[in-house]
Amino acid sequence: MVAETLDELNLRERTCGIAPVGCSVLAYNYFNCDFLEAPHGRAPALATGFKRVRPDMIVFTYQGDGDLASIGMAEIVHSANRGEKFTTIFVNNAIYGMTGGQMAPTTLEGQITTTSPIGRNVQQTGQPVRVAELLSTLNTPAYIERVAVHTPQNIIGAKRAIRKAFAYQAAGTCFSLIEVLSTCPTNWGLTPDEATAWLQEKMTPYFPLGCFKSPESDEDSDGPV
Amino acid sequence: MARILMKGNEAIAEAAIRAGATNYFCYPITPQSEVAEYLVKRMPEVGGVFLQAESEIAVANMILGASCTGKRVFTSSSSPGISLMQEGLSYMAGSQLPCVVLNIVRGGPGLGGILPAQSDYFQAVKGGGHGDYRLLVLAPSTIQEAVDLTMLAFHLADKYRNPVMILGDGMIGQMMEPVEFPDSYSEPELPPKDWAATGASDRDPLIIRSLFLDPTTLEENSIILHKKYEQAKKEEIRFENYKVKPSNKVLIVSYGTMARICQTVIDDLEPEGYSVGLFRPISLFPYPEVALRKEATRKNIESVLVVEMSMGQMVEDVEKAVAGARPVNFFGRTGGIVPTPEEVKDQIKKLIKKKSRRGRPAKKRK
Repeated sequence: MVAETLDELNLRERTCGIAPVGCSVLAYNYFNCDFLEAPHGRAPALATGFKRVRPDMIVFTYQGDGDLASIGMAEIVHSANRGEKFTTIFVNNAIYGMTGGQMAPTTLEGQITTTSPIGRNVQQTGQPVRVAELLSTLNTPAYIERVAVHTPQNIIGAKRAIRKAFAYQAAGTCFSLIEVLSTCPTNWGLTPDEATAWLQEKMTPYFPLGCFKSPESDEDSDGPV
Repeated sequence: MARILMKGNEAIAEAAIRAGATNYFCYPITPQSEVAEYLVKRMPEVGGVFLQAESEIAVANMILGASCTGKRVFTSSSSPGISLMQEGLSYMAGSQLPCVVLNIVRGGPGLGGILPAQSDYFQAVKGGGHGDYRLLVLAPSTIQEAVDLTMLAFHLADKYRNPVMILGDGMIGQMMEPVEFPDSYSEPELPPKDWAATGASDRDPLIIRSLFLDPTTLEENSIILHKKYEQAKKEEIRFENYKVKPSNKVLIVSYGTMARICQTVIDDLEPEGYSVGLFRPISLFPYPEVALRKEATRKNIESVLVVEMSMGQMVEDVEKAVAGARPVNFFGRTGGIVPTPEEVKDQIKKLIKKKSRRGRPAKKRK
C-alpha cells in the first residue's frame, strides 16, 4: 500500500525509505525507491537528518512495535514533537517477530510470548503502550491515525490513511504516523484465521481504530504551525 | 584574510562551514557547547541546517541519515556524548558514509569531569563501536591547526567514505588564539558521490546499509573497509618533529595540547645542556609508526618518554612502534589535571641521570 501510494502520487522517484531493525529490516528488497537501513529504533533520527538536508524529498520510516515503541521511543516522540515532515508507518503486531516472539511494549495483558510465558503481567511490566494516543498528546500539529489490515474493509481504510499521510508530507504540512494493527500468526501460535479473529477481539478494544490527530483539528491549538 | 582571535570551539565551527559542512546536528555538553552556540547563529547565514537533537544517540543517527544525502555533515561533542555516538559511527563506517566528529575530550571514565584530558585515545583510535572498522583520527595542538585539520577532515571523510574524528582536549576547545582562515577554500578533486540517496529518478534504486546477512558479503564489505584503512596508512600519515636532532638523548612522544607543553620543556632544558626532541603524531589513526621508530632509534637516543593527559593509552602504540629497540617510559596526569612543564622536566632529568649514574650508554642493540 505504501509503494502503491508512492506511485499514485507520483512520488517514488524522489522518495527515500528507511528500514528499521525487525521483521521489516529487509523492506528495501520490496520497494523500488532509494532506501537507508537504520540501527534499531533510530529510523526517525535518520529520517530527521535526511529530510532536514533534503526537504524536497519524500522520506518515510517503516517500523515495528519493538523498534518504535521500545528502543526507539525517544526518537519517535522527539521527531513527532519537532514536527519533522516525514511519514512513519508503524506496524503494531504486539510482539517482537524477528527475534522469535518476545514481549513487546504493545503486548496485551495476559498475552503469552517467549519472555512472558505465563502471560504479560502488567503489575511488573506496565500496561501496553498506545503509541497513537501518546503522540497525539503533543501540541505540535500532526496527522496520526490507527488502522488495521485484517479485513478487506480495513485494508481500504488503511490505504486511504497512508495516502493521506503522504499527501500531507508532499504538501509539507506536518509529521504523519499511521499505526497499522497487524497479525503475527507465527509468533502468536495461531492459524491466520485465528490470528485475524484475535486481532479483532483482543487488539481493537485496547487499540481503537481511528484518527487521533490531524493538522486541520490542530489549527486552533497552541502549537507552532 | 587577517588573523582574528577566536576560541577553539568557535574556530573549528567556522572551519567546518568554510569546508562546506553546512549540516550540523548536536546535543549540548561541556566543554564544547560553544560550537553549537556559534553555529546556531552562523548556519542561517549560509542556508545550512542546525538542529539540536534529543540525545547524542539521535545526533549520530541524524548525521547518518544526513550523510546519505551526499552533503557534508558535522557534529561535535565531548567524551560521554561521544560514547553514545558509537552506535551511529559503527553503522556509518559499515555503510561507508563520511562525516566529521569533533571530540573535545574531558576526563573520564563515566561522567568524569569537565576539564581537559586525553583519556579517549583508545576509544577514538582503536574502535569505540562494534565491528571491524576504524576512524581516521586527527589531533590538533593549536587553534590554527584545529582549523586546518577540520577542513582537511571533511576532505578525508569524503575521500575514504568513512567517519573522521578531530580529537581535541578541553584546552583546544576553550583556549583563544589568533587564527587565519584561507581566503578561498580549495581541495583536491573527489570522485562523484554516486552512492548518495538522491531519489531513483534516472537510475536504479540504491540501498545504503551495513546489514549483510550472507557472511561472504559481510566479509567482502569488511575487506573493502580494511583496504581503505591500508590506503590511509600509506597516504595520510601526519606528524611533526620539534628540535629532533642527532644530539637528542631523550625523545618525547606527545600529541595535542600536551605536545605544546613538552615544547616548553624542551626549550627550557636546552640551556641546561639537555638535548631532547619531540615527536608529535598528528594523525593518531593511521599512526606514524615508521617515522616514530626512525626517530626513536637514532644513535644517541637513550630512552623515549611518552607524555599524555591520561593514565597511558598512546604509550601502547609507541611501544609497538619502538618494538623494544629503546626503553619506553611514560608520564601522565589525568582527570583534568595537566602535567606542568616542571613535572615533565623532572621526568627527563631522572631518565638522563639514571643513564649517566649507571655509567653506561643505552643498551646495545643487536
